[in-house]
Amino acid sequence: MAGVPHARVDGRLTEGTILQNRYYILGVLGSGGMSTVYKARDLHFPKVERLCAIKEMLNTATDPQVREMVTRNFEREASLMATLRHPAIPQVYDYFTEGERSYLVIEFVHGKDLETLLNETRGFLSETQVVNWALQICDILIYLYNHKPNPVVFRDMKPSNIMLDEQGRIHLVDFGIAKVFQSGEKGTMIGTEGYSPPEQYRGVAEPRGDIYALGATLHHLLTKQDPRLEPPFSFHERPIHAVNPTVSSELQEIINRALEYDINQRFGSAEELRRALLSLRSAQGYVKPGTMVIEEVDSEAHRALWQFACEDEIRSSPVVHNGVLYIGSYDNNLYALDAERGQFKWKYAAEGGIPTTPCVAEGKVFFGSQDRTLYAVNIETGRLVWTYPTKGRIYSSPQAMFGHVFVGSDDRRLYAVNIASGRQAWAFEAESMIRSRPSVGQEAIYFGDESGSLYAVGVSGKLIWRFRARRSIMSCPLLTREMVIFGSQDWHVYALDLRSGWAVWKYRTNGPIVSSATFAGGTVYIGSADGEIYALDADEGYVVWRYKTGGQVTSSPTFHEGAIYVGCVDGYLYSLDAQTGQLRWRFRTNGPVISTPFVANDIVYFGSVDNNVYALPV
Amino acid sequence: MALRKLLRKRQAAHQTDELRAPPVAPPVVHPPQKVMRAGWASDVGRQRSVNEDAVLVVQAFQEGHDALEPFGLFIVADGMGGHKEGEVVSALAVRTAAHHILQQFYLTSLCCREHNAGQASIIEILEEAVNLANTTVTAAVPGGGTTLICALVMGRRVYLANVGDSRAYIVSPQGLEQVTRDHSLVDRLVEMGQLTAEEAAMHPQKNVLYRAVGQGGTLEVDTFVRSVPAGHHLLLCTDGLWGMVAEAEMASIIAQSPSPQEAGDALVAAANRAGGRDNISAIIVEFPLADGD
Repeated sequence: MAGVPHARVDGRLTEGTILQNRYYILGVLGSGGMSTVYKARDLHFPKVERLCAIKEMLNTATDPQVREMVTRNFEREASLMATLRHPAIPQVYDYFTEGERSYLVIEFVHGKDLETLLNETRGFLSETQVVNWALQICDILIYLYNHKPNPVVFRDMKPSNIMLDEQGRIHLVDFGIAKVFQSGEKGTMIGTEGYSPPEQYRGVAEPRGDIYALGATLHHLLTKQDPRLEPPFSFHERPIHAVNPTVSSELQEIINRALEYDINQRFGSAEELRRALLSLRSAQGYVKPGTMVIEEVDSEAHRALWQFACEDEIRSSPVVHNGVLYIGSYDNNLYALDAERGQFKWKYAAEGGIPTTPCVAEGKVFFGSQDRTLYAVNIETGRLVWTYPTKGRIYSSPQAMFGHVFVGSDDRRLYAVNIASGRQAWAFEAESMIRSRPSVGQEAIYFGDESGSLYAVGVSGKLIWRFRARRSIMSCPLLTREMVIFGSQDWHVYALDLRSGWAVWKYRTNGPIVSSATFAGGTVYIGSADGEIYALDADEGYVVWRYKTGGQVTSSPTFHEGAIYVGCVDGYLYSLDAQTGQLRWRFRTNGPVISTPFVANDIVYFGSVDNNVYALPV
Repeated sequence: MALRKLLRKRQAAHQTDELRAPPVAPPVVHPPQKVMRAGWASDVGRQRSVNEDAVLVVQAFQEGHDALEPFGLFIVADGMGGHKEGEVVSALAVRTAAHHILQQFYLTSLCCREHNAGQASIIEILEEAVNLANTTVTAAVPGGGTTLICALVMGRRVYLANVGDSRAYIVSPQGLEQVTRDHSLVDRLVEMGQLTAEEAAMHPQKNVLYRAVGQGGTLEVDTFVRSVPAGHHLLLCTDGLWGMVAEAEMASIIAQSPSPQEAGDALVAAANRAGGRDNISAIIVEFPLADGD
């Protein structure tokens, strides 16, 4: 194994070190005792940035017995964590040993630990906030104490072992001294001074000890008084509201009870503590965060109303108009299907694949093809009305407005074509190929190009302003009353002022963005190749929630009655609660879903790279 | 202990005694004009010897081909007294913030119609401006502090950045909507349902801020983005106004004044009538009717 020792500075691995030919060390997250925790990237996922936390344990003990015990403890941590399945407990990915060092690879939690957060907070954290975290921690403790075959005692509850992710969800991170609890057994005295219950100093570890440590943690969070710097067990002499008068007397009572010196005076269980917390005024409106346990969702229960097989991949998105569904396929055909039953009505064959989403206006359906042509076909009969040839392949979906169809081409031009005559009104020359679908507003047409420019072009074809992102823009710009919002392959979501092109806000995801944004109730929804679906505040761009899928999200979300529908490269169509980001259901196809869902009459339609068009109940 | 960080504003008299009813006047409604108009006033009040508030107003209009939308920058700061000179701090804060915003935003807008990903967003520019004021004040007047509220207006869009307890309101015919949140301990207590608004007004610690420019470090700045409908007003003011004059009265004064400037003067007069216990500052911006309205 590892013939050449890795480069180290002060005993720590340096950035760029690769462990097991797989884990690329990015930096140190923290260290303590005999272990160091690194942030690393898993190179087995070259296309996405999958991060992990690697805990390195250096076994320097010379006494062979101690040495073995240290190794055993570390292995125990690994196997204990591996048996736990809870969204708030990091998953174990891997475990290995190199020389005198052992490594545990676990899920990386994006966020901050509560100690860091507390130190960065000016003034006090609000009671509502702290109670919300406490309730989430109770949920995790309830899970641990009901763990089969034996309950697990965490034993090291303290702010620095509690992580808050960007969605406001709590995670317990360090299971280094967690212990499978066997009634009556005495363990070793361990834990962090200041937070540990008195009986833990006597070697007793049981669930009610975690309740004490949680009480100590809450006391610290609310008073900003670090118990490690105070006389031990002095919480009752330092009443919370003497320091922070904003804390309610009810919460103070609950914390006091959790902190009882006598174990029998405390809450008997995490459930009991949870109930007490829920009765608080500051717990009103507490919603259990998305305990996204996918296994619980029976995707089989969600059956397709119908599906229709084309002869090649579908990357285009459907449009439903007057009970007829129109969709293009890479088999060169534009299909018209009965939307209710999925029966074939007609198809029109282009000379190349149809990667674009059709649009319907004035009795015609418009679509572009890789054969470089924009087609206008009669909506009823499927007969050709006119064609408009461009000099490049068409990947940009057409948009009809003001009596014209607007479409971009790989020949770098944006065309305005008269709907009635099929003649060109004007063409605007961009810097690069245009693959983004144009959006038409009152004063301008907005579209992106492969050079990364977003253009606002007046209805007469003159440039009004331009914004340069760092990479290409394939996303169709979303127009709100005041802003144009889009994603770029440079990983950012941009919100620009509609009139001036100034960025109002930017939000960086962890991967390129192809997906287009949708807007509902002041929130913008968009997918990223980092595998997440983001809900961002439209005015200021902060995250409302995020949802992690199993693959890149290049499909664009569709909003319908409080729910978001979006496809994913992992083959699923996801339906999420628009307010909370919780999974409603998901439906599996046999290929990546790049197509953007379309909802009509409570049916959600989309295509898959498995060649099928699907219709599902919402 | 964290309470040390709380900045104590100068001792103010506690009771907000009876707010006098506004003089009954016939409801004259003045139609808004075609251009954005602003009025402002800043007054020492009736019980202090120094005006420690600062007010800064910049407006720019362009007519003709390829015109920029009407632009306004409105800033109010309420300096904290005591042993440090509050007026020096508030003046330094408004000028530092204005310099940054004009340079980064307006001067840039004048010279280019092409923007890029490397530029700061409008929200970032405002946050930077307030933080720049914070570092400048911390360095120049150690121990000094001030509230700071900046409103960047472009057309109908208002971008706000706020630290402290000066306020921004949007004034419609229906009344006042408070956009900003005060960073005061008492306000936090009200938010948590621990105090009623009435109790808060009487609270002995109502002048304790938990966030202010001048406290060093990186300041967390609240930002807000709003579209203001035609004919509505934006009001920025210090607690010398909102602490003395009831919201309903402020709304009716603004609705009945022929111009924003007269509204500003009338608001100051009302605060003085109520006792004028603190410095009083206000900026009123009237949003014009659009061409089509």
